[in-house]
Amino acid sequence: MSTTIPPARPAAPPRRTALPRRVTPARWFSDLGWRHLVGVLAVVYAGFPLVYVVSASLADAGTLTGSNELFASVSGANYVALGDTKFWTWMGNTLVVAVATGVGTVLMGAAAAYAFSRFRFSGRRVGLTALLVIQMFPQMLAFVAIFLLCISLGNVVPVLGLDSKLSLICVYLGGALGVNTFLMYGFFNTVPREIDEAAKIDGASHAQIYWTIVLRLTAPILAVVGLLSFIATFGEFIIARVLLQSEENWTIAVGLYGWVSSLQEANWGLFTAGAVLSALPVLALFLFLQKYIVGGLTAGSVKG
Amino acid sequence: MSLPATRGSGRTGWSPGFLVKLALIALVDALGVYAVLAAWSAESWGLLAAMVALLLVANWAYFSKRALPLKYILPGLAFLLVYQVYVVAYTGYVAFTNYGDGHNSTKEQAIEALLVQNERRVENSPSSPLTVVAQGDTLGFAIVSPEGVVEAGTADEPLAVVDGATVEADRVTALPGYEVLEYAAVLERQQEVTDLRVAVSEDPNDGSIRTQDARTGYVFTSTLTYDAASDTMTDTTTGATYTPNDDGQFEAADGSTLPVGWRVLVGLDNFVTAFGDDRYAGPFGKILLWTFAFAVISVASTFLLGLFLAIAFNDARLRGRRIYRTLVILPYAIPGFLAALLWSGLLNRSYGFVNQVLFGGAEIPWLTDPLLAKLAVLGVNLWLGFPYMFLICTGALQSLPGDVLEAAKIDGAGRWRTWRSITLPLLLVATAPLLISSFAFNFNNFTLIYMLTGGGPRFDDASVPLGHTDILISMVYSVSGLDGTAAKDYGLASALSIVIFLVVATISAVAFRRTRSLEEIA
Repeated sequence: MSTTIPPARPAAPPRRTALPRRVTPARWFSDLGWRHLVGVLAVVYAGFPLVYVVSASLADAGTLTGSNELFASVSGANYVALGDTKFWTWMGNTLVVAVATGVGTVLMGAAAAYAFSRFRFSGRRVGLTALLVIQMFPQMLAFVAIFLLCISLGNVVPVLGLDSKLSLICVYLGGALGVNTFLMYGFFNTVPREIDEAAKIDGASHAQIYWTIVLRLTAPILAVVGLLSFIATFGEFIIARVLLQSEENWTIAVGLYGWVSSLQEANWGLFTAGAVLSALPVLALFLFLQKYIVGGLTAGSVKG
Repeated sequence: MSLPATRGSGRTGWSPGFLVKLALIALVDALGVYAVLAAWSAESWGLLAAMVALLLVANWAYFSKRALPLKYILPGLAFLLVYQVYVVAYTGYVAFTNYGDGHNSTKEQAIEALLVQNERRVENSPSSPLTVVAQGDTLGFAIVSPEGVVEAGTADEPLAVVDGATVEADRVTALPGYEVLEYAAVLERQQEVTDLRVAVSEDPNDGSIRTQDARTGYVFTSTLTYDAASDTMTDTTTGATYTPNDDGQFEAADGSTLPVGWRVLVGLDNFVTAFGDDRYAGPFGKILLWTFAFAVISVASTFLLGLFLAIAFNDARLRGRRIYRTLVILPYAIPGFLAALLWSGLLNRSYGFVNQVLFGGAEIPWLTDPLLAKLAVLGVNLWLGFPYMFLICTGALQSLPGDVLEAAKIDGAGRWRTWRSITLPLLLVATAPLLISSFAFNFNNFTLIYMLTGGGPRFDDASVPLGHTDILISMVYSVSGLDGTAAKDYGLASALSIVIFLVVATISAVAFRRTRSLEEIA
């Protein structure tokens, strides 16, 4: 052993001293430079469609051809023109549906996670396993059955039928428990039970513990679930497309698809302006809460 | 733990919490009772039973002291049962029926529809003086029979004798329970009036009253007659007799069928169609392969690019690291449908940015050539997906245990060796579940395919609206006919959904088991 170490020693010092003395360009490139090169390329790749869409939305031509020269003309004509369309109605619909779904998902998911995490009852294990199994069947795969169900519900209670935002929200809420309970369940388990028990000894009811203690302590995960649900609902297309039939009730995804699929060339200006406006709320939320979302993504899936 | 179970949980007094609960349950009950009554009047018994059961459980859960966990689970559970569990089960059921265009309803409704569709005015049939009446917004007819009896009915209510009508010169001028429409009002709703049919009686064989001039009513009877005893349809003009067949249609001896059928269980026919029928089997095989290829390549390509970038930016000495990271994850923050639509414009053959600017005006058929369209779909999905992989790889790289890496260094492992034997395995353990979820997501990435290529370009040889970039879920959408481009076939669409479910569930189950063993090794 001791005989093998000495030969290594003389070799090490020169290398260590060489680094701070002079950084050759080649050395810099193999250490950091290539990273900058990759970074710039990646930013261009990730960003050019976004730069393009902003430029196209500001072009006054409003057509696909007229949008190819980046920032050749800057005008708000496309944004103004949105006022003559149903865009803002769609935006309103989308926000209503997405916010309602987000809030409902958080409330129902958190309540269920609380029950699974804090109470011991018969059927608890079965329930958790069932949720895991149900998770595997994405709701949207059953869109035909959802469509048929809404027809028959609509014959009885019209607001739960086709072409109703409430009905769409209900469908989305149906998927809430399966997807999010596990994420929350894991997080709820990390809140020490001792806190609940202390409160219980002080005379708090289970409802008080839930609303005033557990929900406060789990606020980060509630925010994440609410946001992910909001973002997912915002961009959901297939169920919204199948259920919502009149233009007044469309969501943005359905409406913008309509513009692009019919007469892409002519509607391009409108579409890009609408795209910029509808991407903004999601983008802002995402960047603002990036840290939480990323944490939630990895935490939920790795533990789930 | 040994404390007596929640004694002061608000039930002992009229605390604000209790009042809120009471108000909420009162609201739920009110809505529930409304729904029950509505179901009763619509004669929708299954729904009625479900509503009653739900209401009973809700009231029991929130007023019983023994149902504590249920209080918290019930709201989500109710939605889950109706809109997820039930619809999945219903998908399973529909997959074994021939539900779709031509087979939309029950047998009774099909018989009624057939009789109504084949109604003709009978030659020399009696005519009677007719008056257009209304019940609220619902139009109806009142007729005066030769004996002077007044009968009235609407589209939903067959003719019934109404007492106490005032008749002046064969015209009804006042009718209890109805409003007699003025001539001007009738003219305004002319189309509705001429379309209206009022059944003569509950039996559709008796025919109906219709009018062309809003003054005279004629009896229309069907050229088909249905005999309930022998369960046959007879065409009175040709004399052909139709009997019900196994496919839910009336069939004559010569094999011709009547257009309106009803839903029946057809066993595995839908699955046989998907795998065996000439029209579907070829496209189905290609689409299945492409779905797998698309999902696997998407996961692999996004993961590799994301990992590469994560490694590139994972050096504390790199200046501007935060800016690079933020800019690179931007595509992830754009809703997927917007990105797909945007790229469909960018890749447009004649006017798109990519062809016009990047390729100097070349007309490359990115979205209309079978092979290029597939590449385009993969390329766009790479753009959409790599930021997510970048995020999770960055997270995983940063949480690698430093001591293990150091131990490797001390043991004399080189850069490559450390990477191969330490970093990559640990990274895979951390990200494998996410890769599986990503696979399952891309397997059903309907939005991307539908918005970018719409499944096109179409197969040349297929008579069904399917194309080279269609994946299973977009095939389900086309086959279901809900977009209006093809005949509706809910049965086949549901059967395909079941196939997707089996594929995704199997792969997820196997893969999750694998990753668990991976985790144990680590």
